[in-house]
Amino acid sequence: MNRTILRAGGATLAVVLAAIWAFPVYWMINTSFQTPATINKLSPTFLPLDGTLKNYREVLADNSFSAALGMSLTVTAIALVLCVLYAVLAALAIARFRFRGRKTFVLAIIVVQMLPAEAMFIAQYKMLASANLLNSVIGVTVIYLAMVVPFTTWMLRGFVAGVPVDLEEAAMIDGCTRMGAFRRVTFPLLAPGLVASGVFAFVQVWNEFALASIILTENQKATLPLWLRDFAQTSNLGVTEWGQVMAGSVLVAIPVIVFFMIVQGRMAQGLVGGAVKG
Amino acid sequence: MTTTVTAPEATGRQEPAAPRHRKRRPKLPYALLIPAIATLLIGLGYPVTWQIINSFKEYGLAQQFGQPAEFIGLQNYLDLFTDSVFWTIALRSVAFMAGTALLTMGIGIALALLMKAIPAWSRIVLQVAMLLAWAMPIVAQMTVANWLIDDRNGVVNYVLSLIPGVDYIGHNWLIEPLSFFGVAMTIITWASVPFVAFSVYAGLTQVSEEVLEAASLDGASRSQTLRMVIVPIIRPVLVILLLLQLIWDLRVFAQIQLLQDFGAAGERYDLLGTYIYGLGIGQSQFGMAAAAAMVVMALTLAISWGYVRNMIKEDQES
Repeated sequence: MNRTILRAGGATLAVVLAAIWAFPVYWMINTSFQTPATINKLSPTFLPLDGTLKNYREVLADNSFSAALGMSLTVTAIALVLCVLYAVLAALAIARFRFRGRKTFVLAIIVVQMLPAEAMFIAQYKMLASANLLNSVIGVTVIYLAMVVPFTTWMLRGFVAGVPVDLEEAAMIDGCTRMGAFRRVTFPLLAPGLVASGVFAFVQVWNEFALASIILTENQKATLPLWLRDFAQTSNLGVTEWGQVMAGSVLVAIPVIVFFMIVQGRMAQGLVGGAVKG
Repeated sequence: MTTTVTAPEATGRQEPAAPRHRKRRPKLPYALLIPAIATLLIGLGYPVTWQIINSFKEYGLAQQFGQPAEFIGLQNYLDLFTDSVFWTIALRSVAFMAGTALLTMGIGIALALLMKAIPAWSRIVLQVAMLLAWAMPIVAQMTVANWLIDDRNGVVNYVLSLIPGVDYIGHNWLIEPLSFFGVAMTIITWASVPFVAFSVYAGLTQVSEEVLEAASLDGASRSQTLRMVIVPIIRPVLVILLLLQLIWDLRVFAQIQLLQDFGAAGERYDLLGTYIYGLGIGQSQFGMAAAAAMVVMALTLAISWGYVRNMIKEDQES
């Protein structure tokens, strides 16, 4: 009896907390469907029953949005492909071989993940400035690669180690070369790991704001996070068009939310799996 | 968002391949590492080296326009450590870091315990809600937050004003520094609790039922079981999570920068990240900025040493 009441109380509390955590996301979506007239009313509207798609149409028709979308897609695509490629190779090396310098490399990729990006902007900015790579896709991609390769390598290392080495050796006995065995046997088995680590790299690059704000200063070169910041600050006679700004936020957030849902199961479990076992 | 979690432990992991290949001294692993190492050297190695060197140089506006930058030894560091503004901001950052990390841990652990105790449907509702919050890009988070606390039409002021005798319409949350950092802390906690809650919950599900049963047979009360059985088992997870939160909360830059963009800017609203940015990009004092960045780096590495050690241990075990 007592237990039932406790469980019911817990469930109620959970629903209330869920409402608190989801509220900003809900409010973003809610506002994105409202007209300025509804938004500026004294009491807020909690359900946009007479909703409009006008905000989305205007954002999508905005040239600066499509430019930023193009820039974000370009940078993310290049960084993602190169990152996963480089990281798979490095993960194979550290998971499958014991060689001189291996420990140093492993230590390096762990320590590098701890370096605060915020403490390196100035140096990275100066480097790109002296190479004339400010406001360029190459410049920002190089830094992003360095930012995501260590973690992706570390994550893939676990997945590679999970593929039994016997499978590769069987393939080699059947006449595959070492690399052939990787490609035909290990690589297909790594698919889930590639998806998961790829999603992490994607999210980091897609969301990156701080470095981009320093390196990509030209409007034409803005990525989506920069575009959103600027868009939120443009006001119409001192009045921010919150409907459009929220529609923009939704558009920036959607790919990330979708990808998060895909890999959500893996996200917390990993860190903990290692720690509890150790 | 930075997410540092490790790949799931694979089940049925094989013995390491090491012994079988040791004799051959293969060149292949080195070749495989070339792209990754080259990337790290260009993107991080060079900048970090530049930073270390220039933190010992006089490098300001004049040097920016061609004058040679001269070595001045520890002068930048001395200037920094004798500057009360730096100390104020450094202490504020540490306080902000500690406060946010502890708040996040507290709420995250409480939510994890709650998730363990409630029926599945309500747990899933809570998990989906937290996943949504976790997935929000920082810029979107901050933009939405700014709309929520908008002085005129923000829903926060509206709801607060529903309380009899309270009128918050027109209240600007970003002017008073304490309120500014309160807003920042609330947003960051909101965004980081899901990761902690999910991780702790995953840890809790690994505490075996038999152990809990044994504890209750031995007459342990609920709080005793929690304190003396569950917490020691998940302690490694809690330690790592706390370290990660501390590191992440020390390096908050984007959130503070964006709040300053939306609201008020200036020293009174700075944490270390924005302070370094202001020194370097704003005032072109690259030498000083490099020195300040080195301080943050040293602080981070000191905090994260435990985490690094744990990762190395994990690598050796696999």
